[in-house]
Amino acid sequence: MSDQQREQFPRDGDIPVVPDIAVATAAGMIERPPALTDAMGDVASDEEGTSLWKGALQRLVRNPTAIVGAVIVTGFVLVAAFADVLAAHEPAASQWISEITPSTLPPFSAEHPLGLDPFGSDLLTQLIYGARQSLVIGVVSTLFGLLGGVLLGGLAGAFGGGVDSGVMRLVDILLAVPGLLLAVSVAAVMGRQPLSIMLAIGAAQIPIFARLLRGSMMAESRKDYVLASRSLGLRRRTITMSHVLPNSLGPVLVQATLTLATAIIEVAALSYLGLGAPEPAVAEWGRMLVKAQDRLQSAPHLTLLPGMCIAITALGFTLLGESLREALDPKSRR
Amino acid sequence: MTETSAVSATAVSGRQPLLEIDNLSVTFRRRNSVTKAVDGVSYSVAPGEIVGVVGESGSGKSVTMLALMGLLPPRGVEVTGRARYNGQDLLSLPEPAMAKLRGSEIAMVFQDPISSLNPVVPIGVQVAEVLLAHTRTNKRSAMAESVQLLQRCGIPDPQRRLKEYPHQLSGGMRQRALIAMALACRPRLLICDEPTTALDVTIQAQVLELLRELVTDSGTAMIMITHDLGVVAGLCDQVNVMYSGRIVEAAPRGELFAHPRHRYTHGLLASIPRLDSPRGEPLNPIPGTPRDTISWAKACAFSPRCRYATDACIRPDIPLEPLPDSPPDHLVRCVHPAGVNE
Amino acid sequence: MLRFAVRRILLQIPVLFGLSLLLFLWLRALPGDPARALLGERATPDAIARINEQYGFDQPLVQQYLTYMGQLLQGDFGSSPRTGEPVLDTFLERFPATVELALAALLFAVVVGIPLGYFAAKRAGGLLDGLTVTASLAGVVIPVFVLAFLLKVVFAVGLPGMDALAVLPSSGRQSVTIDATHVTNFYVLDGLLTGELDAAWDAVLHLILPAIALGSIPLAIIVRMTRASVLDVLHEDYVRTARAKGLAPGLISRRHVLRNALLPVVTTVGLQTGALLAGAVLTEAVFAINGIGSYLFEGISNLDYAVLQGFIVFIALVYAVVNLAVDLLYGLIDPRLRTR
Repeated sequence: MSDQQREQFPRDGDIPVVPDIAVATAAGMIERPPALTDAMGDVASDEEGTSLWKGALQRLVRNPTAIVGAVIVTGFVLVAAFADVLAAHEPAASQWISEITPSTLPPFSAEHPLGLDPFGSDLLTQLIYGARQSLVIGVVSTLFGLLGGVLLGGLAGAFGGGVDSGVMRLVDILLAVPGLLLAVSVAAVMGRQPLSIMLAIGAAQIPIFARLLRGSMMAESRKDYVLASRSLGLRRRTITMSHVLPNSLGPVLVQATLTLATAIIEVAALSYLGLGAPEPAVAEWGRMLVKAQDRLQSAPHLTLLPGMCIAITALGFTLLGESLREALDPKSRR
Repeated sequence: MTETSAVSATAVSGRQPLLEIDNLSVTFRRRNSVTKAVDGVSYSVAPGEIVGVVGESGSGKSVTMLALMGLLPPRGVEVTGRARYNGQDLLSLPEPAMAKLRGSEIAMVFQDPISSLNPVVPIGVQVAEVLLAHTRTNKRSAMAESVQLLQRCGIPDPQRRLKEYPHQLSGGMRQRALIAMALACRPRLLICDEPTTALDVTIQAQVLELLRELVTDSGTAMIMITHDLGVVAGLCDQVNVMYSGRIVEAAPRGELFAHPRHRYTHGLLASIPRLDSPRGEPLNPIPGTPRDTISWAKACAFSPRCRYATDACIRPDIPLEPLPDSPPDHLVRCVHPAGVNE
Repeated sequence: MLRFAVRRILLQIPVLFGLSLLLFLWLRALPGDPARALLGERATPDAIARINEQYGFDQPLVQQYLTYMGQLLQGDFGSSPRTGEPVLDTFLERFPATVELALAALLFAVVVGIPLGYFAAKRAGGLLDGLTVTASLAGVVIPVFVLAFLLKVVFAVGLPGMDALAVLPSSGRQSVTIDATHVTNFYVLDGLLTGELDAAWDAVLHLILPAIALGSIPLAIIVRMTRASVLDVLHEDYVRTARAKGLAPGLISRRHVLRNALLPVVTTVGLQTGALLAGAVLTEAVFAINGIGSYLFEGISNLDYAVLQGFIVFIALVYAVVNLAVDLLYGLIDPRLRTR
């Protein structure tokens, strides 16, 4: 810019000081009759903005679905944690063996409120310990999937370009295989130990989280506030870590709860397929179903009870996840 | 509480009004809020008359029309009052009867042409379906007539457009197509809700000109809802200005622009920048925002933003009535109106 | 349009390559050496030597990969050590059974799910809506095999005291009493083609319970998707325009609401294939249907890696084809994509 051009720009002293019209409210610019101000009462004092998370929490608390979900989940966690205290027997202990025939089981009694399973173990105890197993495996596998997925998705979302393409191709490959098969493959490689189950289920979840986080981050980084931050000179890393990432985590959290629900079901499915932990001492709902197969007609409760446990627990997490999703959605509707 | 209903010049002359809105109110009840969007609106439209309804967002101008047409959501909404079309109260009409009137006798053109058109159905079908719904015709004649309609609305090469989809047309053409759909069955009343707001300025003028032509040719009455006084100035016979759910000033066009009396109308006109004002002169906005308001039941809703407000303005339900120094068809709802020559 | 299709196909190829590479590495990551893994219990030194030569396990890795890819491209997925039969042959033989089941399940899910979702959306907040949402949740959380059991017990085997409900066959694809000729191995189709209508009907009866069990998850997802989509569309401006035109309510529903609301549902339906195939494994096991699902089940139980490997490649191919078909279908029904 030449000096001559620069001459034509107003200097600081030239610009008249005018009241900030755009920002003033009527209260600042007009003298309102005091009676009017009184009559207006406390109309629309500037609302304190609530953060996304606080607002979501408030909405959650009022949502009946969320409460039901939370109750179920809490119950589940408590039972799992205090299994040792709650259960009356050892999960693998066998009793009354002599009373068990291929078609009958000893009746319910005070000592065994839900009766025995085909191997003579107390059913109620098995259910209680099964909760613990499901919780542990569910949580660990979800965490594993979450970490792996967030890492991959975060890399892809933060760097874009070549990194993004490469990572997403990998994710596509993982997605080309249905979750169950992926789990089976991993279990096959690692052998039948509890860790392999967790890794297996977790592995199937990695692509889901990766895609989710990457998608969120891409959407966020297209938003105007990111552009504005960059124009203010913020470094890319700062923008990513302190702006884009926190805003993208909402859907990931929702997915984590839903994944927990699926994990619990998948654990059962894998056990049913024979890939669960081999030691009979460990009670697990899926395996209870396997043991109950032959007695479907004579003792349907052997199938129904573990089945219901799986369903209700998964339901609890699903309800929680769904209501969390609704609560976090800024366009919360009718 | 009696109130002179805002009558138009022609109605004063004794003609039977086509549409008579009488103390219409619309209240929205949500989970934690109750909003009175329309708070006792009355006006009428004579056959062939063009009435402009002016107001900012939130003034209730669109909601009034939606209520009239029965297009408000069924739940959470309370509508009171009457809206007589040809003597029949639309608000108490059962839905099938109302549906019969819609599109055939009373038609509406909405604001945003791209979202107002079904993206997966060809234009020709969207025009023809109005004809097929209300007149005895078959698909072939309906399509033929659609071509005519599109042509009359200024769409070039209409035959080709029949098979095209909305996303293939420009904004102006889409709005013309919507107008064609509205006028297909020759309605007696056409309601336009900000039809040009989403369009480019040059196209705006074209579309407005088209509307004026079509409406005067066929003698259709029209209600033009807008926030733009410029639109009103070029088009309307009668102007009703709304604020916060009520009409605050109603007058024939010439009278309103020459002698705006209500402080809000005055403010609106004064805030328009003029080409001939001296350089460096500050603009005159209306101070405050629509949120600086108060219920009509307690006081004048505009008074929190009015420089001339006094304690006298804290009166419940200020009436809409003619002023001693203005013609009888010029109604104002104001305690301290502007002078005739301000 | 054609360009669109070709581009999608080209995108899938690297994915399939990557998958085959992963599988290649996977086989070699299994405990023990690959030859032993493939042979399982029949690992005699002779057999091992033979396998090594056939698959080139003693050759350098790159060479092995080339051999492997060559075999795959020729359709040689290896042979199951248990049965001694080529995996591909067994797949092709058993595939129709699973397809029939999957189609039946999908049919069930769509025919029941879409109307349910639609009506739930129209009366949002009402009783039907609440029931539908709950039922669809139940469909998701009740594991497929549990549901399969339940159905089997109640409607096929019979609970004490509720025998009257046990009207449906409990396993297999056809009753032993019916002597049916099989042309395509799609039992229902075969019955129709050969004019043996009682055979066709019998096959249908056998499909009912498994289809319901397998279809429960797609049903739940379709109901939710349809409901959400219809709710969205109902609030769109063009529906308001349609109402303002005074069109008949039925016409508005069909032409304006459904035609738009069903677009995302179509994609979802296509994507359900994965869930269906995974569920098929368990459902076929419970109902003793000889499809590829139960083949996989046997493979898993016996740790038959040839079957596993073959299955994964097969599934990936099916996925790719179905996804492509869905993309193409979407391009066909949404005019906005057509004229790009």
